[in-house]
Amino acid sequence: MGQPNTDVIQGTLDMLILKTLSLESMHGFGIARRIEQISRGVFKVNPGSLLTALQRLERSGWLDAEWCRTENARRAKVYKLTRAGKKQLESETADWSRRTAAIARLLKAEG
Amino acid sequence: MSLWRQLVRGLRTLVNRKAAEQDIADEVESYLEHAAASLVARGFSPDEVRRMARLECGNAAGIREQVRSYGWENAAAAPISDLRYAVLRLRANPGFSAVSVLALALGIGASTAIFSLIDGVLLKPLPYPDPERLVALWHTAPGIHIKDLNLAASLYFTYSDENRVFQDIGMWQSGAWSVTGLAEPEEVPGLSVTNRFLYVLDTQPALGRRFTASDDDPGGERTMMISDGYWKSRFGGNPSALGRSIVLNGNAHTVIGVLPPSFQFLDRRISVLLPLRFNRAEVRLFSFCCQGIARLKPGVTLAQANTDLGRMLLMAPTKFPINPGFSLAQYTDARIAPNPRPLQDVLVGDIGGTLWVLMGTVGIVLLIACANVANLLLVRADGRRQELAIRAALGAGWRRIARELLLESMLLGIAGGVFGLALAYGALRALVAFDLPNLPRIHEISVNPAVVAFALGVSLAVGFLSGLIPVFKYVRPNLYLSHALAGARRGSSHSKERHRARSLLVVVQVALASVLLVGSGLMIRTFQALRHVDPGFSGAPEVETMRIFIPQSQVRKPERTLRMQEDILHRIEAIPGVSMVAITNGVPLEGCCSNNPVHAEGQESREGSIPPIRRFKFVSPGYVSAVGSRLIAGRELTWAELYNQAPVALISENMAREIWRDPRAAIGKRIRTSFNSDWREVIGVIADLRDDGVDGKAPTIVYWPLWQKAVGTASAVTRTVVYVIRTPRAGSTELRQEIQRAVVGVNPSLPVTDVKTLQSVYDRSLARVSFTVVLLAIAGGMALLLGVVGIYGVISYSVSQRTREIGIRIALGAPLREVTGLFVHQGLILSGMGAICGLLAAVALTRLMKSILFEVSPADPLTYVVVSSGLILAATLASYLPARRASRVEPTEALRAEIDRFPAARAC
Repeated sequence: MGQPNTDVIQGTLDMLILKTLSLESMHGFGIARRIEQISRGVFKVNPGSLLTALQRLERSGWLDAEWCRTENARRAKVYKLTRAGKKQLESETADWSRRTAAIARLLKAEG
Repeated sequence: MSLWRQLVRGLRTLVNRKAAEQDIADEVESYLEHAAASLVARGFSPDEVRRMARLECGNAAGIREQVRSYGWENAAAAPISDLRYAVLRLRANPGFSAVSVLALALGIGASTAIFSLIDGVLLKPLPYPDPERLVALWHTAPGIHIKDLNLAASLYFTYSDENRVFQDIGMWQSGAWSVTGLAEPEEVPGLSVTNRFLYVLDTQPALGRRFTASDDDPGGERTMMISDGYWKSRFGGNPSALGRSIVLNGNAHTVIGVLPPSFQFLDRRISVLLPLRFNRAEVRLFSFCCQGIARLKPGVTLAQANTDLGRMLLMAPTKFPINPGFSLAQYTDARIAPNPRPLQDVLVGDIGGTLWVLMGTVGIVLLIACANVANLLLVRADGRRQELAIRAALGAGWRRIARELLLESMLLGIAGGVFGLALAYGALRALVAFDLPNLPRIHEISVNPAVVAFALGVSLAVGFLSGLIPVFKYVRPNLYLSHALAGARRGSSHSKERHRARSLLVVVQVALASVLLVGSGLMIRTFQALRHVDPGFSGAPEVETMRIFIPQSQVRKPERTLRMQEDILHRIEAIPGVSMVAITNGVPLEGCCSNNPVHAEGQESREGSIPPIRRFKFVSPGYVSAVGSRLIAGRELTWAELYNQAPVALISENMAREIWRDPRAAIGKRIRTSFNSDWREVIGVIADLRDDGVDGKAPTIVYWPLWQKAVGTASAVTRTVVYVIRTPRAGSTELRQEIQRAVVGVNPSLPVTDVKTLQSVYDRSLARVSFTVVLLAIAGGMALLLGVVGIYGVISYSVSQRTREIGIRIALGAPLREVTGLFVHQGLILSGMGAICGLLAAVALTRLMKSILFEVSPADPLTYVVVSSGLILAATLASYLPARRASRVEPTEALRAEIDRFPAARAC
């Protein structure tokens, strides 16, 4: 294992996207860059997985998408969190905290 | 919400694949541009940017594919593209598609129509709760040769008191009453029922109450219930009808309840329900009058009910006294036994046999249509042999190719099903409107979900079945390359092998067609036999009949009643064009009237035993000539004898022969109805009249004068009479109006009902047979046509395949007739094989038709001879037409066509 693993933890990509979009609406690459920046390079998002996830979230009704012009005059599909998406994020966050707390306890436990 | 969104997006993608893909491509493009721009902003050179982007993002096409593969619609896309492809292929070949769809539509339509008849008449349960627990209480009395004996009041009371198996038991009788005082006098149909009747059926009134025991009391207030239809038409659906009084047959009846709109009973027209009021103290053992119906307790079987009824039959003689003039031995000798039957069977009667034969028939038509379509599909698959082979060689799985072929044939099946359903709908509308087959429950027949499901199921099955043959023939794993090469080489042995499937199909078609032709031939022979039956009367189209009832409340005295009947008769006689009028209590063929034992003088067997049962009819003078029958011996009644109540009677020819061997010997002999009644002299013998339909044996009949001293159980004067009016104007509206005026001239409050010609009675009696004949003839014709088309197709294909051979033969000097003969021979062999198989199958299958045949054996030689010669003729014609084309082949052209093919062959 020369290279550190930068894969997003299985099953958390949706939550990361929702969280990112809860701060601000943005396009696909923006989301990828933001996740990479905030995680300080721990997670790198593969565009194929990201765009597929965006499709899935949009179809689930958690995101709305719209083609816009960005500040540098490029066309981009900008995603926005919907009310249902906000709720989903809350429940996923709560679920995640519960689970990580449990894992943390398990790892701390001493023989 | 999100499920809906999933569905809508998926469908949108499916419908407009291109736009959806463009959207994904745009987004991927925009993503990569943004990624590159951000790298450039961080100061990398374009070369580095390109390298890093590829490293981090992968290539655009890969991303597109990954994103595109999301969504349920991708799973649906492949079959849908197959479907689209199949539709395109079918549309590219409109002739083939139209012929296939038409053949299938005819087959599916016919079977759907017959299925909905079966569904409505046989399968649909009766409209009451737990209908399977309803039984009709029939009996049988082998001791006096009565197969179907109804219920006696004495037995009704015994069963009600003593049974252990019934939840409720009722007795009923249909009748008609004349209503006066509401509007025009009219006759209304209905039932007299005992008070538990509606409880047996588990029917609640829509308004008011049901009958109770007090309504059955002959001394109590007269009550009645009315049907929903009668309530709406006469009282405008007003609830105030409850408690109203209606005058029926001159007696006021209080309306106590209204039946629900859905109420119906055994196809009877019911406007009113009256209590059947028996004075139990006066009931005698022999009091068979009515029909019984009962509801079994839950869990009780018909066999248990049978046993219980048998036990109770022995108790009846201890509870009710024997009728005067009869002995208890007669009750025992009659050997009365219970014969309870499910109510549904009673309603459906013997129509089941006919319907199942028809279903079998249309099933065969459907199979033939299937074979035809399979044949067409084979030709098409044959044309695509090389294409299929090349696709297989390029790696298309045999499953996928099989799926394609099946999809195509199933599409044809569904298209055929849609048209077939429309066809069935139209046919049923016509059937119900004209009530052609004289079916029970005809108005309940409709295209309901069960019928649609049947049509759909049949369409899919038929599509699948006809597609399966080409699949088996052409889609075999690993055979493609050899097939492709064989196709290029055009080896004659292979073409023969390809031919075998089609030939086999033609043999099957011809075989099925011959089964149907034999079936319809037998039905036509049955119809002929029935048409040749002498019903005993003649000139039926010139006989008008109508019924009049004179209630006791109108005319009390019997003699005055008879005078009024005679007055009406003379008034009708005075109508221009009327040559003869007479009165009876029931026209021939309708199987009316009672059946009772008759003693003949000097013929008494053992004291106390019951003599044979005869049908009783009551007639006025002139009946024989009015109805168009013949007097075999003796003379007719006179009016003087009628008014004097002279002790005379006429009998039917078969009865005279049975007792006295010779009709003439019967004249002057004496008969009576019981040991202590008066003797009556036989004054005339009438030719046999069919009474139980044309196909029923002519019963032995005694014709009593309309008015006489009480005979058996019949009342002294017949109050419900049918006028038999012989006139060439029969059936015309003007005549009917003149008859109406004639009746009004005598008594304005007598309704004239049931006006019809004797011919319509005759036609109705043949209705079911005519219906079956027409349907079978159509089915047979269709089968023959499809079979002929099949032979034609195979022979002309064979001709087109063997053009080169024909060319060579002709070039070498073969006579044209021999070339034609070659193909006709081939057609004859195919159809001969089919016909032999079919006729053998017919011998076995037509035995199932036995119940609907009349005086024709299922193995009728004439039918078989005609059918086989007809088939051979048709087959010869069907093969001669394409064979003639073979003889017109120009040898040079045929050979040149072959040479042109060589380069192609070498290229492979």
